[in-house]
Amino acid sequence: MGVWEAILITVVTAATPLLIAAMGELVVERAGVLNLGIEGMMAVGAACGFAAAILSGSTILGILAAIAAGLVLSGLFALLVLGLATNQVASGLALTILGLGLSGLIGAGFVGTQREAIPPVYIPGLTDLPGGHVLFGENPFVYFSLALAFATLWFLGRSRAGLTLRSIGENHASAHALGLPVLKVRLAAILFGGACAGLAGAYLSLVYTPFWSPGMTAGRGWIALALVVFASWRPLRLLFGAYLFGGATVLQLHAQAASLGIPSQALSAFPYVATIVALVVMSVGRRSATAPGSLGAPFVPDR
Amino acid sequence: MTALVALRGIVKRFGTLTANDHVDLDVQPGEIHALLGENGAGKSTLVKILFGLLQPNEGTIRWQGREVMLSGPDAAAALGIGMVFQHFSLFDNLTVAENIGVAMPKGDGLADLEARIAAVGKRYGLALDPSRPVWTLSAGERQRIEIVRALLREPKLLILDEPTSVLTPQEAETLFSTLDTLAAGGCGLLYITHRLEEVRRLCHRATILRAGKVVAACDPRQESVAALASLMVGSEVAEVRPAAAHALGPVRFSLNGLTLPSSDLHGVALKAVSLEVRGGEIVGIAGVAGNGQAELFGAMSGEDLAASAEAVTIDGKPVGRDGIDARRKRAAAFVPEERNGHAAAPRMTLSENVVLSRHGDGMARGGLVDLRAAKDMAQAIIKAFDVRKGKVDPPAGTLSGGNLQKFVVGREMLRKPGVLIVNQPTWGVDPGATATIRQALIDLAASGAAVVVISQDLDEIYAIADRIAVIHDGELSKAYPAREIGREQIGLLMAGAGHAHAA
Repeated sequence: MGVWEAILITVVTAATPLLIAAMGELVVERAGVLNLGIEGMMAVGAACGFAAAILSGSTILGILAAIAAGLVLSGLFALLVLGLATNQVASGLALTILGLGLSGLIGAGFVGTQREAIPPVYIPGLTDLPGGHVLFGENPFVYFSLALAFATLWFLGRSRAGLTLRSIGENHASAHALGLPVLKVRLAAILFGGACAGLAGAYLSLVYTPFWSPGMTAGRGWIALALVVFASWRPLRLLFGAYLFGGATVLQLHAQAASLGIPSQALSAFPYVATIVALVVMSVGRRSATAPGSLGAPFVPDR
Repeated sequence: MTALVALRGIVKRFGTLTANDHVDLDVQPGEIHALLGENGAGKSTLVKILFGLLQPNEGTIRWQGREVMLSGPDAAAALGIGMVFQHFSLFDNLTVAENIGVAMPKGDGLADLEARIAAVGKRYGLALDPSRPVWTLSAGERQRIEIVRALLREPKLLILDEPTSVLTPQEAETLFSTLDTLAAGGCGLLYITHRLEEVRRLCHRATILRAGKVVAACDPRQESVAALASLMVGSEVAEVRPAAAHALGPVRFSLNGLTLPSSDLHGVALKAVSLEVRGGEIVGIAGVAGNGQAELFGAMSGEDLAASAEAVTIDGKPVGRDGIDARRKRAAAFVPEERNGHAAAPRMTLSENVVLSRHGDGMARGGLVDLRAAKDMAQAIIKAFDVRKGKVDPPAGTLSGGNLQKFVVGREMLRKPGVLIVNQPTWGVDPGATATIRQALIDLAASGAAVVVISQDLDEIYAIADRIAVIHDGELSKAYPAREIGREQIGLLMAGAGHAHAA
């Protein structure tokens, strides 16, 4: 494996959790709901996934536990913002704080425990080709995240259910007047977003590190949120954006290793600064043209 | 003959308000049935019940003789009830085809949708381009989407809620012939409007609601417009008196080649708009909704600043770069279209709302609000404009539309402004308050002020304006004397015919 191959693999590794979590949030936001709780759901997913994998000894059970944790937290969020029509920003922030605290509690007994990372795919012959590790030797999560991106693209752009979801996000009052089930679709979207965030958390604790430490999500949930805006709510741009930010993360790691005389803290902040710059450029350029029309607005039908 | 749909004893309460009080209504197949009433009479509530959007507290609905429960719009649509909404239920960023596809019944393939849209369009004369995003379309085209969407489901009953309020006279004619074709084919139509001339032309029967009750049912072809109006209102409606002959003063307000890109993504840019208004006259600006009226009002009031100071003048002084307060200091006053949230803050009291636009008139001293002065002013406005309200100084949002409109118009009127710009002065206002407001505008102009009235209601413009200009896609036509321009010609200008002449 050459140096470039190794670098490409680390880029993919850094991009994958962002892609999974952000793709979930993209679907949620296209349905008109703003869930700022990704960071919290990712943290709980990482803790539960790691704990379940250690206790059961089964990676599959760990992944399932992480998804379940994301579902439970997002279900709580759905209860608040759909059932009680609470403010989505406040509820999402509360969800993040709750998730970060809860993950510390769940993971408390597992700090310092090590576990074998989920191994990458190995296809004899193909993986050993030049560049084969990038194309054929990635982690199963990576292939899943790419499949997720294209499935989302198809779902939103081509399927009837995707059209319904987009309509609801665009204008929930019109959608309701046409008899579309606004709250049911939004519930499904929120749960999907929660499952994706939980899964992205499992990737962190079962593949990326692989161990549990409090606060290990390190703001990736927020970057995922920014990515959705950066991608102007389009799946393919999100795919591109996730790899761009993955690249930025790896770049700063290499810059630190190369000791360029820049303080390491400044380099560590690079992906976050890039996030802010991307958001500023986007909003100056197009006045957030493509934001779903009903994004963040609570829906309360007449009786 | 069994009625297509029969409502019996429908009661709908919202808290203490009874919006529908034992309403009976029958619609026969092949009939165009008018539902008349003032704003707040309960028309919209009744059709929402009929379309499944609201559940009645009491009463029964029979569909072709069989009692039915309408649990939601999908249940109504499954029976064969279609609806064309007043405020369109469209999705601006989706295409025409997507807007139609999303409302088709489940399991209905969307593959041949474009062909079906074209077929319906051909049959009823409703041409549409399926791939255009909705926000690029005019109000008339948007309404066509709503109608095609309803027709694709082959409705037996079609409800239309004030369908002509956004159409040019010519577009309305096209709509009427579509509706005649539908009725001839056996479809029942329930037609809601407050344009009585249309009802007399188009409808076979009329049911009139007042304060939630059915007060009369008649054959509108046998009644006069005045008789229908008094049935709706319950009393004679005062006529607006034209001003006595008076000489015109100098130009008090002008726009000189005003060009302004829109700040809103889907907004309309103003293109070289010029207009001169002299003291003593009312200029009416007609146009179909969404052709730059909001942007024009913003530019005239100073909410949006022009590129050059000379683009807007008040009494000869260039004010194009001055904000709204600076323009007020030059004796201009402004009444925006939206009462709640633009002209008034709904949760604040009337006296606090006085301060919002009148803080320069002795409502503030040494940086502090003089609440006593504000309360006195509020009471003066209430008295002068007969504003009806529950409490002494209630929150603005608790007033009915007509009363709040009288208040916000009165607030500016009592300043005795030299220039008054008003957008949609009587939109959604009952006939009594409408007459009061129109009379006040005429009297203000007669006292020497320059008045600009932006309105989508041609009847209103003809009732009060001395000259009429038409706005289309951000361009303003020249202002024609009202006596010299007919509705036909205005309609053509509203549809954009002016471009051809200009070019």
